[in-house]
Amino acid sequence: MGATWVYAEVTPDGAHPSALELLTKARGLGGEVAAVALGPGASSTAKELGEHGATMVYASDDQAFADRPGRTAAHTLHALAGQHSPSLILFPGTYEGRDVAGCLQALTGSTLMANATDVESSSRARTEILGGTKIVDVNLAGPEPRLVLVRPKSFPPEPSGGTAEVVAVDAVTPPGATATVVERHAEAASGPKLEEANVVIAGGRGLGGPEPFAMLDDLAAAIGGAAVGASRAAVDAGWVPYAYQVGQTGKTVKPDVYIAAGISGALQHVVGMKGAKRIVAINKDADAPILKIADLGVVGDLFQIVPALTEEVRRRASS
Amino acid sequence: MNVTVLAKFVPNPTGTPSLGPDNLLIRDAGDGALDPGDEYGLELALQLVEAGGGEVTVVSMGPAEALAGVQRGLAMGAHRGVLVTDASLRGADALVTARVLAAAVGRIDYDLVIAGVESTDGYTGTMPATLAELLGVAAVTAVRKLEPDGDDFRAERQTESGYDVLTAPKPALITVTAGATQPRYPSLKGIMAAKSKPVETVSAADLGVSDLTPTQTVAAVTDAPAKAGGEIVTGDDAVARIADLLADAKVI
Repeated sequence: MGATWVYAEVTPDGAHPSALELLTKARGLGGEVAAVALGPGASSTAKELGEHGATMVYASDDQAFADRPGRTAAHTLHALAGQHSPSLILFPGTYEGRDVAGCLQALTGSTLMANATDVESSSRARTEILGGTKIVDVNLAGPEPRLVLVRPKSFPPEPSGGTAEVVAVDAVTPPGATATVVERHAEAASGPKLEEANVVIAGGRGLGGPEPFAMLDDLAAAIGGAAVGASRAAVDAGWVPYAYQVGQTGKTVKPDVYIAAGISGALQHVVGMKGAKRIVAINKDADAPILKIADLGVVGDLFQIVPALTEEVRRRASS
Repeated sequence: MNVTVLAKFVPNPTGTPSLGPDNLLIRDAGDGALDPGDEYGLELALQLVEAGGGEVTVVSMGPAEALAGVQRGLAMGAHRGVLVTDASLRGADALVTARVLAAAVGRIDYDLVIAGVESTDGYTGTMPATLAELLGVAAVTAVRKLEPDGDDFRAERQTESGYDVLTAPKPALITVTAGATQPRYPSLKGIMAAKSKPVETVSAADLGVSDLTPTQTVAAVTDAPAKAGGEIVTGDDAVARIADLLADAKVI
């Protein structure tokens, strides 16, 4: 098969971890592997991208990619793909990946598969549906490059020890109207990152309001190195910021232990956490779907169990 | 200001969906509803029009049953509806959907098109960006707040670490996050009024869209390996059992 490209999202901390995951996968597909990194800091990610299998990195540090997101990257990718004719472009299943791939699809008329969990070739990929209970193999057809959005953390990143040739590219200014970023706001987050923590404690509708999240914070502090997350129901209700959200629309986590407190286990949530090594669910409803995927399900009152667990963890730590 | 809201009719949004013998989602089981994720955008559209005048049009593509979703929008207060329904659209992928909706939306005068961030059944989340590009309008996705600002819109866009503020000239397309607004319940008066509001039903051919071949087809569906049965505890030792598990995982 022809070349596989990886759309490497650029963050202030370097390449988004998904880029390294996708490059690791792309190496195994046969054919050339290249990465496309667009936005401030892009060229400094080339070393990392090369170490994970990109032989070529098309990079631009142009501020336009950050200020006029989505379309600028899609039109630039479209021009690049027209010159080099890759067979397949892999995107991370992030907001940015979706926007760029969605816009690019309108320009190329090529297929765009979302939520892929594995990729076999430019004509076949895999996804999971119905909360991961069914595996679906999908045939991809139509003009190349075919576009596939891959769920974060589908593949463990492994360095190949290679180096990449860096090719500087120019930002394409799209015709017509493009939305422009005029302000950026970071919402304060404390503690370890959700995606990196080895223990995640998540709260849902069963918490009943914002205040009980302090209970989860206490448990996280007692365990140490634990992060607090939430289901979409708790985020939609405004109890905690969006940055807490675990699930299809939020973050995908694979901690050593995931503790779900007052979370029913909607498919939306389950796809973001079912990869945890051990799942503990605390729910007062014995029929809650989350109990079916839990290694340890506790049917009971989280308002008693969580503080008692915090005490027990502290007691064991000090004994 | 005229606002067009895209509304998807989805199989029972709180139940467990199932696949038919053709490996497509069963969409006509009689328990479908307007995608709850679309109600936030509908509410935003109604608020914008109530404040600044104009009309709200609900556009939906789906089986004949999807009329119920359009009617839900009309009962909430939208002014008119368009339902694109066509047997040949069954199994349509996101590109076909975007092409059909571009044709349907393009026939209506609008300042703003609103969609959900992603549907509750497919979770693809790319169709609105494709649609905006086909329509030739600016797009802002994952919007949690929107205000008209002269000839522009000013939108707060949810990001991984907080939010950005973007400006987009009219007309524009946005996707609205769940929780952005508090959707109203249709009043009895609204439900009655909905029955006399205009709903146009069109086919893909009426819209002049002929290439409906999906570029994705299901090759195989298999059951995921069942997870080894967990243990359910209810008694007083629950706390100790969780602590044991944490110790076993070497995290305490």
